[in-house]
Amino acid sequence: MSANLSAILYLISGVLFILALRGLSSPETSRQGNLFGIIGMIIAVSVTFLSVGNFSSGFIYVLIFLALGGSIGAFIAYRIPMTAMPELVAGFHSLVGLAAVFVAISAFINPEAFNLGTPGNIKLASLIEMAIGAAVGAITFSGSVIAFLKLQGLMSGAPITFKGQHFLNALILISIFVLTFYLCTTQSSKLFWILIAISFLIGFLIIIPIGGADMPVVISMLNSYSGWAAAGIGFTLENTALIITGALVGSSGAILSYIMCKGMNRSFFSVILGGFGGTEQSTTNKNKEQRPVKSGNADDAAFLMKNASSVIIVPGYGMAVAQAQHALREMVDTLKKNGIKVSYAIHPVAGRMPGHMNVLLAEANVPYDEVFELEEINNDFANADVAFVIGANDVTNPVAKTDPQSPIYGMPVLDVEKCKSVLFVKRSLSPGYAGIDNDLFYKENTLMLFADAKKMTEDITKNL
Amino acid sequence: MEIDPFIFRLSIFILSIFVGYYVVWSVTPSLHTPLMSVTNAISSVIIVGAIIASLSGKDEAVFTSSSLFGFFAIILAAVNIFGGFLVTQRMLAMYKKKKKDK
Repeated sequence: MSANLSAILYLISGVLFILALRGLSSPETSRQGNLFGIIGMIIAVSVTFLSVGNFSSGFIYVLIFLALGGSIGAFIAYRIPMTAMPELVAGFHSLVGLAAVFVAISAFINPEAFNLGTPGNIKLASLIEMAIGAAVGAITFSGSVIAFLKLQGLMSGAPITFKGQHFLNALILISIFVLTFYLCTTQSSKLFWILIAISFLIGFLIIIPIGGADMPVVISMLNSYSGWAAAGIGFTLENTALIITGALVGSSGAILSYIMCKGMNRSFFSVILGGFGGTEQSTTNKNKEQRPVKSGNADDAAFLMKNASSVIIVPGYGMAVAQAQHALREMVDTLKKNGIKVSYAIHPVAGRMPGHMNVLLAEANVPYDEVFELEEINNDFANADVAFVIGANDVTNPVAKTDPQSPIYGMPVLDVEKCKSVLFVKRSLSPGYAGIDNDLFYKENTLMLFADAKKMTEDITKNL
Repeated sequence: MEIDPFIFRLSIFILSIFVGYYVVWSVTPSLHTPLMSVTNAISSVIIVGAIIASLSGKDEAVFTSSSLFGFFAIILAAVNIFGGFLVTQRMLAMYKKKKKDK
């Protein structure tokens, strides 16, 4: 296949990838978008086979490995529960990162295959691109592995900090640049390996100090890195599809990190520098005296909701942990049968990754036009009769609006307290991720329902 | 004077960043999770590099040190491609509109 024809086909697959993302602007077009993505991928892979034109025994092995990886991927995709999406995405990021590292290594060992010159005499530009691709890929890999372990609970979500951490990180980052420079002048393979090794190390070091509460930012950030790694390799291979995709994914992840940071009112740098959500809670808790709370049971809750004309549900990660989304939907169905208007309010950082709550509600057959984002619904709380907070905590805390001393001050929150009455399903009065007490617990119009979210929801449904 | 092809690729790259910027801002927040899984899948187009690398061996020596890395990368990227697209499909299939039977 001629180089020009394959370049055009790669461009087409790049455009199809753009359309795949474009389709996600509404749920109706999203499925078609995904199909465009799949077609784009098929084109890119077939063009590569045709332009390499090597259909010898190596080709058979390629197909075998493709099928092997594909079936593992398909198996995971069908088996993974929706609550585990953050872990899955983190895991997938690590694979993209590692694949980028492997491709870069392969190109370094055998540059002839990629038309980049001969070993020890690789074109300068290619060498720089390769080094960037390998370094960013390695950072993505080790960073994602840590994120995966933290999300999976195999590693504590608490930030791990030590003295001189920032200094060490800065030192490693500088040495990555220095090594890249010397790699270009000497073409030494030893330097290339060291570069990859310290990139793995820095990926590990930048994620360990980031606390569990900041995971949505971390996942989005690693999403972005995986894109830049792909773009770096795309430059090495002079492949348009890869360059376009890398840029798309890179900017997509960057925008998501920005949205997540804004949702928490944190600057991107303070997230990266880490240490949030671990150390402060011990001090703030001591200062708070015991305050009275009103607690109730399923009967009280059912009574309140039966007499309401509109109810707003505020779900959070706790709902996912308790697997209460289906029970919640049943409760809402019963409410709707009684002529009560129900809508859902979702905070940008509810859950552990962008849009996580929406997926869980969709899984429970909640129509997406009943689910609203913070800006869309925040004014409605004042007119609603009951707010039903299930598994959410920090995102409803009015302290964010009133107390400049609070670590979450300035964070956009759902104005739940403006509702006539608030039902708060929670196991205990323990603080949320941010480690601070929620003033909402002690409000006059709040009724605490101390129970497992799923059980409580089922009990309320029975009492309705 | 001739322009280095690198400049063309850089132009594509920069323009794609802008395309990505505007396209992603128009993605509805309720689909941010599928957005992440689909970007995961498409960034695995890095498999083209892996295929080139793994087919670099000769007939008598399919597995060289360089092609081995290519084969590993193929497995990783394939997991991502199939897993990413399928899980996105699975998620998107769940998004339903309110039934208008009332």
